[in-house]
Amino acid sequence: MTDKQSMHIDPYEKNWIRLSIGLLVVFATAVTVAGFAFGFQVPTPEDRVDPRTVATEGPWADPGLRELVPGKKYEAYILAQTWAFLPNEITVPVGAEVTFYVTSKDVQHGFKLQDTNINMQIVPGQVSKLTVTFDEPGVHNFICTEYCGAAHAIMFGTLTVE
Amino acid sequence: MLANYEVSQAEKKFIGWHLLFAVIAVAIGSLFGPLQALEHAGLDLYPYLQPLFASYYQGLTLHGVLNALVFTTFFITGFLTLTTIYGLKRPLRYPKLNAVGFWMMVVGLVVTAIPTLLDQASVLYTFYPPMKAHWSFYLGLTLVVVGSWIEGWGFYFTYYAWRKENPGVRTPLTTFGGLITMVMWQFATLGVATEILTMLLPWSLGLIEGTDPQLARTYFWFTGHPLVYFWLLPAYVSWYGMLPKQAGGKLFSDSLARFAFWLFLLLSVPLGFHHQYVDPGVPAGWKFLHAVLTYSVFLPSMLTAFTVIASLEYAGRKRGGKGLLGWIRALPWADPVVSAQLLAGILFFFGGIGGITNASYNVNLVVHNTAWVPGHFHLTVASAVTLSFMGISYWLVPYLTGKKLGVSNKVANIQVWTWFVGMVIFSNAMHVVGLLGAPRRTPLGLAPYIPEEWSGHLLRVGIGGTIMFVGMYMYVYIVAKTAWAKNYEPVEIEVPLADSIHDPQETPDWLDKWVPWLIGTVALLLIAYGPQLFDQISNIALNAPGGKVW
Repeated sequence: MTDKQSMHIDPYEKNWIRLSIGLLVVFATAVTVAGFAFGFQVPTPEDRVDPRTVATEGPWADPGLRELVPGKKYEAYILAQTWAFLPNEITVPVGAEVTFYVTSKDVQHGFKLQDTNINMQIVPGQVSKLTVTFDEPGVHNFICTEYCGAAHAIMFGTLTVE
Repeated sequence: MLANYEVSQAEKKFIGWHLLFAVIAVAIGSLFGPLQALEHAGLDLYPYLQPLFASYYQGLTLHGVLNALVFTTFFITGFLTLTTIYGLKRPLRYPKLNAVGFWMMVVGLVVTAIPTLLDQASVLYTFYPPMKAHWSFYLGLTLVVVGSWIEGWGFYFTYYAWRKENPGVRTPLTTFGGLITMVMWQFATLGVATEILTMLLPWSLGLIEGTDPQLARTYFWFTGHPLVYFWLLPAYVSWYGMLPKQAGGKLFSDSLARFAFWLFLLLSVPLGFHHQYVDPGVPAGWKFLHAVLTYSVFLPSMLTAFTVIASLEYAGRKRGGKGLLGWIRALPWADPVVSAQLLAGILFFFGGIGGITNASYNVNLVVHNTAWVPGHFHLTVASAVTLSFMGISYWLVPYLTGKKLGVSNKVANIQVWTWFVGMVIFSNAMHVVGLLGAPRRTPLGLAPYIPEEWSGHLLRVGIGGTIMFVGMYMYVYIVAKTAWAKNYEPVEIEVPLADSIHDPQETPDWLDKWVPWLIGTVALLLIAYGPQLFDQISNIALNAPGGKVW
C-alpha cells in the first residue's frame, strides 16, 4: 500500500456509519428483549409426522380442542388440507391459554389467527406449534395465508372466545 | 486495456438481444398485474379470459416468473455485459461462451413458458413443493439459471485477461460491481439448484415418490433473499457508477462504494432464514442468528444511501443549488434517466424501512404472508430495480441502436412519474391492508372473511395497479418505438461513467483483492447455514407425495 492510498471517509459519513450501527444495535436489542423477556416467540421444531398417514393415525386423526385444565389450559389439534381446516370452528372460554398444533396432510398452508401473534407456515411432515392466551371475548378468524391450490381463498375457520 | 477500443456493433447487438427478451417478458408479465389488482378491488376479469388463462393463480405465476425472474435476469446479464467490456475497454475474452449462456437462457425461458402457459405449472415463482409442476417448468428454470452462470463465467475470464494486461490498476467501479453481482449470484443459486436437481426434478419425473417440503424451503430461501440483491446490485452499479455523472457531478467516495459492494457479497446470502421465521422446521436460535445477519446487511445499504445522496448533493450544488435542500431542486429532473433513478431511490427508502420490519424476528409475525409483503417487494424489485432499469433503458437503448429516444424527455418523464404515482398508491394500500391481516397470494374477491374496513384499501390496490399498468406500457411503447424506428435521428451516446472525487488509484489495495473476501464469504456461509443444512439433510424425509391442486 502506497502512502497515497487510504480509505477516504468523510467526517459526516463517519457519523452516519456510527448512527447506522447504533440504530441496528437498538433494533436488535428491542427484538431480543421482546423475544426473550416478553415471550413473543416464533415456531420452532416440535415434531415430525408422516403426511401420508397423519389424517388416519395419531392426534390429527381426531382433530379438535383438548381440555387440559378446565377454563384455563387447552390444546387445539388442527389438520390443514385442501381447502379446509379441521375443525373450522373452535370455542374457548375467556382466559384460556391455547396451544395450537397444526399440520398438513397434502400441500403447504398458512395459519394466521387474526389479531393475535399466531402466524405459522404449515408444512407437510412438520408440526407447527404456538401458544396464545385469550383475555377478551371475541371472534378471531384463522385464515390460510399460503397459496394451496384452486380454492385457497375460501380456506378459513373461526375461533370464538366467550 | 486496448487503445481505442470501442464496443462493436456485434457486441451492441448481443446486449440488445438481452434487452429484447427482458422487455418482452415484462410486457407479458405485467398484463396480469392489473388483473390481480382489480380482482382485489372487486372486479374479477379472469372469468372473461378463459380458456386462454385458467385462473388468478396462473396469472400470478406468470406475473412473478416473467417479471421477477425473467425480466430481471435478462436485463441484468445484458447490462452487466456492457459494464464489463466498456469498463475494461476490451472485448469479451470468449464471446462464444457468453453466447452459449445467453441462448441457454432463451431455451430455458421457452421450456418454462410452455407448461406455465398450459396451466401445468401454476405454482407461483416460489414453487413450494409438494405442489407439483410439470417437470419441464423446473428444467426450464434451471437452464435460465445455468445460462446466467455461464455468462458470469464469461465475465470472469474477461476480467482475468484484463487483470493480466493491467496489473495494479483499479478495476473500474461499474465492472467491479457487476462482477460482485455475478459472484454473489453463483453462491446464492446453489440453494435452488440443489433443490431442483436433487429433489424437484427427480420427483416431478416420477423417479422418487415424494419430497421434503421443509428442506425444499430452506434450499429455496438460501437463494430467495440474495435474489433480491441480484436484482438490486445492478441498480446500485448505476446509482454509484453512472448517476453521479448523469446528475452533473462526481462519485463522493470510491473506496466506500467498493467496501459496500464487498459487504453485499459477504452478507447477501447467509440470511435466508428470515424468510422462514414462521417455519416449523427451523430452530429459533438459527432464525435469531439470521435476524442479526439481516440487520448487518442494512449497513451497506446505509453506506449506499449516504454515498449516493452525497454524490447527488455535490451535483446539485455544482448546478447552482443553494441552501439545505435547494440542491435537490437543482438536479436535472427533466432528464428521465435521472428522474427515474431519483424516484426509484425515494421509493426504496420506504422499501428499506419495511425490510427492517420484515427482518425483525418477532415483529415479522404480524406481517408474514400478508399483503404487506408484496407491498414491500414492489418497492424493492418493482421500484428501486425496475424504475432504475427503466431510466437506464432511456440511454441504453439509444446507445445500443444509435437512434435517438423515440419520444421527448417530457413524455418519458410522464412515464416515470406515472409508475411512481401508481406505485405509491398500490404499495401503501397493500402495506395497510396487510397490517390489517389480509393474506398475500389470495384472490380476496372470493374470500368469505373480508371485513368491511379492508374494502377502501383494496380499491386503492386496484387503482394503483391500473396506473402502474399504464406506466409499464408507456415504457414498453417508448422502448419499442425507439428500437424499431425507421426514420430516426442518429445519436452517439457515451456510456455515462462517473468520475470519482478521489482518484480510484488511491483506494486501498485490499478493496480490489478477491481472495480474502471470497474466503470470508464461504466461511460465513458455512457458519450461518452449515449446521442447519447438515441437520435438515441428514433428517430428510421424502414422504410428501403432493400433486397438482390448481
